[in-house]
Amino acid sequence: MGGLNYTMIDTAKLSTAELYGKTLTDLAEDHPEIVGLTADLAKSTKIGVLGEKYPDRLFNLGIAEQNLLGTAAGMALNGMVPFVSTFAVFTSMRGLDQVHTDICYQNLNVKMIATHAGLSFGQAGSTHHCTEDLSIMRAMANCKVIAPADGMETAMAVRAAYETPGPVYIRINRGFDQKVYDNPDFGYELGKAVELHEGTDLTIIACGPAVWSAREAANVLERVDGIRARVLDMHTIKPLDAEAVRAAVHDTRRLITAEDHNIVGGLGSAVAEVIAESGKSCAFRRLGVPDTFSIIGLHEDLMAHYGYDMNGILETARDLMGADFEDDDDWDDEI
Amino acid sequence: MGVEREELLRLEEKARDLRKLIIDTVVWAGSGHVGGALSSIDIITLLYYKYLNIDPTRPDWEDRDRFILSKGHIGVGFAPVLADLGFIDHKLLKTYNHTGSELGMHLDRAKVPGLDASTGSLGHGLPIALGLGLSARLKGQSFKTYCLMGDGECDEGSIWEAAMAIAHYKLTSVIPIVDRNRCMIDGRTNDVMILEPFCDKWRAFGFNVIEVDGHDMPALCEALDTAAEAQDKPIAIIANTKKGCGVEFMADNYRYHYASFDAEKAEACKIDIDKYHDARAAAL
Ligand SMILES: Cc1ncc(C[n+]2csc(CCOP(=O)(O)OP(=O)(O)O)c2C)c(N)n1
Repeated sequence: MGGLNYTMIDTAKLSTAELYGKTLTDLAEDHPEIVGLTADLAKSTKIGVLGEKYPDRLFNLGIAEQNLLGTAAGMALNGMVPFVSTFAVFTSMRGLDQVHTDICYQNLNVKMIATHAGLSFGQAGSTHHCTEDLSIMRAMANCKVIAPADGMETAMAVRAAYETPGPVYIRINRGFDQKVYDNPDFGYELGKAVELHEGTDLTIIACGPAVWSAREAANVLERVDGIRARVLDMHTIKPLDAEAVRAAVHDTRRLITAEDHNIVGGLGSAVAEVIAESGKSCAFRRLGVPDTFSIIGLHEDLMAHYGYDMNGILETARDLMGADFEDDDDWDDEI
Repeated sequence: MGVEREELLRLEEKARDLRKLIIDTVVWAGSGHVGGALSSIDIITLLYYKYLNIDPTRPDWEDRDRFILSKGHIGVGFAPVLADLGFIDHKLLKTYNHTGSELGMHLDRAKVPGLDASTGSLGHGLPIALGLGLSARLKGQSFKTYCLMGDGECDEGSIWEAAMAIAHYKLTSVIPIVDRNRCMIDGRTNDVMILEPFCDKWRAFGFNVIEVDGHDMPALCEALDTAAEAQDKPIAIIANTKKGCGVEFMADNYRYHYASFDAEKAEACKIDIDKYHDARAAAL
């Protein structure tokens, strides 16, 4: 991935959205067909950075998300590569028919970089929480769906989105993320999980801010309990790295998913589909928001409240280790 | 109805107190949408302390007038009103935005008695008001539904879809009010997305329009009185306001859409508010 020049210092200094803004502006320098579109959230989503450098390539359409997404489709029909940024809840829901019919159905080259995802705008309440987008966007044919773990991975994902034709949806958080990656050389590839911790006892599959929690939990499990947990950063929800899931089922037989999203329809559901079709049974738990509209509060408090922070994952992992399996002679057979 | 001098003075004092309580609430909350709260508060004060037929002891009373805060981001400007009227416990304001609190940035109808709809996603309020109005007509209820919108919010197509339908159904019981503070998040409405000729847009959608100074209580009363008596054609009130009205450094400054300040700065705000309201009172 040429041209990526982000340092640890950048990721420490810049919020995830700021890294997105910087990446986009760098990309725009080399690719004149890139334009930015927003709906009165240029500053909040940091797409405004593009407009500071290229004022005529950023379009602020006012508070009008349907028009925003439809306009992006029109631009893509004319060969531009629109990056669209508003909050995740408005990208995936306020303008969804435009996303569905104008962008995904016509397989247009629109990149939706949606901010304030999951419960990261915790105090704003359910009108601004977005715990449905992975589920919704996953159901849009043609659309790739990505939930990066931190700022560095967001920069990689934004570049990958540009290089991948067709609609891409990337959801990022408000503010800073706990840092998972220190440098860009971790082999980011769209659709391929990153193994952050080796293990054969159980697998924790996570995306977004839950990735950091999962890795922390794995470290504790190893140190305190002697449990070897495999941790997969499943940044791409679609297309899902099904092979990595099947390998996890085969090798570890115990799986936990953790996501900043409703447990219905998101990463947990996507993984469950692969497990079910693998024909192999395993102990399995989905962690996330338990199909409820969340209480309000700080992001980290809410993750703890619903049990997908480090402690929640740890507890579930210990519980799952209690699951017993009978010997299965056919375990290694192909299905 | 008009407004007698004594009542006017009482309402003016209420607006002053509420402005200060909003500032306190922003401090308790850590931050908040203070600019749009201060531009709307005179309108909300008049509605809640003079016009709305409501009963804080019966928040679910079926025949009460309704108020839909379509610009739902100013929860920090509306919860103080509900607390002052006794719909919610005053102490709750001090928990605003705290983890697990009943009160977050955008208020939740399931947790806040007296709140007629959960809002926060812009462009939703007027269609909800339309639904309340149509159903009231069908059920033979005579309550009115006031809907307070931001001007930036009027970029949303759904506002105009509802406006068209309100006029179509001659639904005079629904009274749209726009807080025309000419500011949104990324800048002034004129710079981000031009709304003018704004009043003519409402006229073209089938409304009689009353344009009024949104910080002039007698003028607002006149507008609300007229709107309440509309017969065949609904009335929209366009209230010209200042974002951050009452606090010098915030006034008419879009950068104070959302702000946080400490107790010290809050005291300075309150001194400003007193100055502002003293001047207003002197001019009455
Ligand atoms: C559908 C939707 N899009 C975007 C936002 C984010 N947002 C919150 S407040 C705001 C600006 C509102 O401006 P205006 O309606 O003029 O309100 P005011 O200036 O009176 O506060 C925006 C864009 C939102 N809440 N809902």
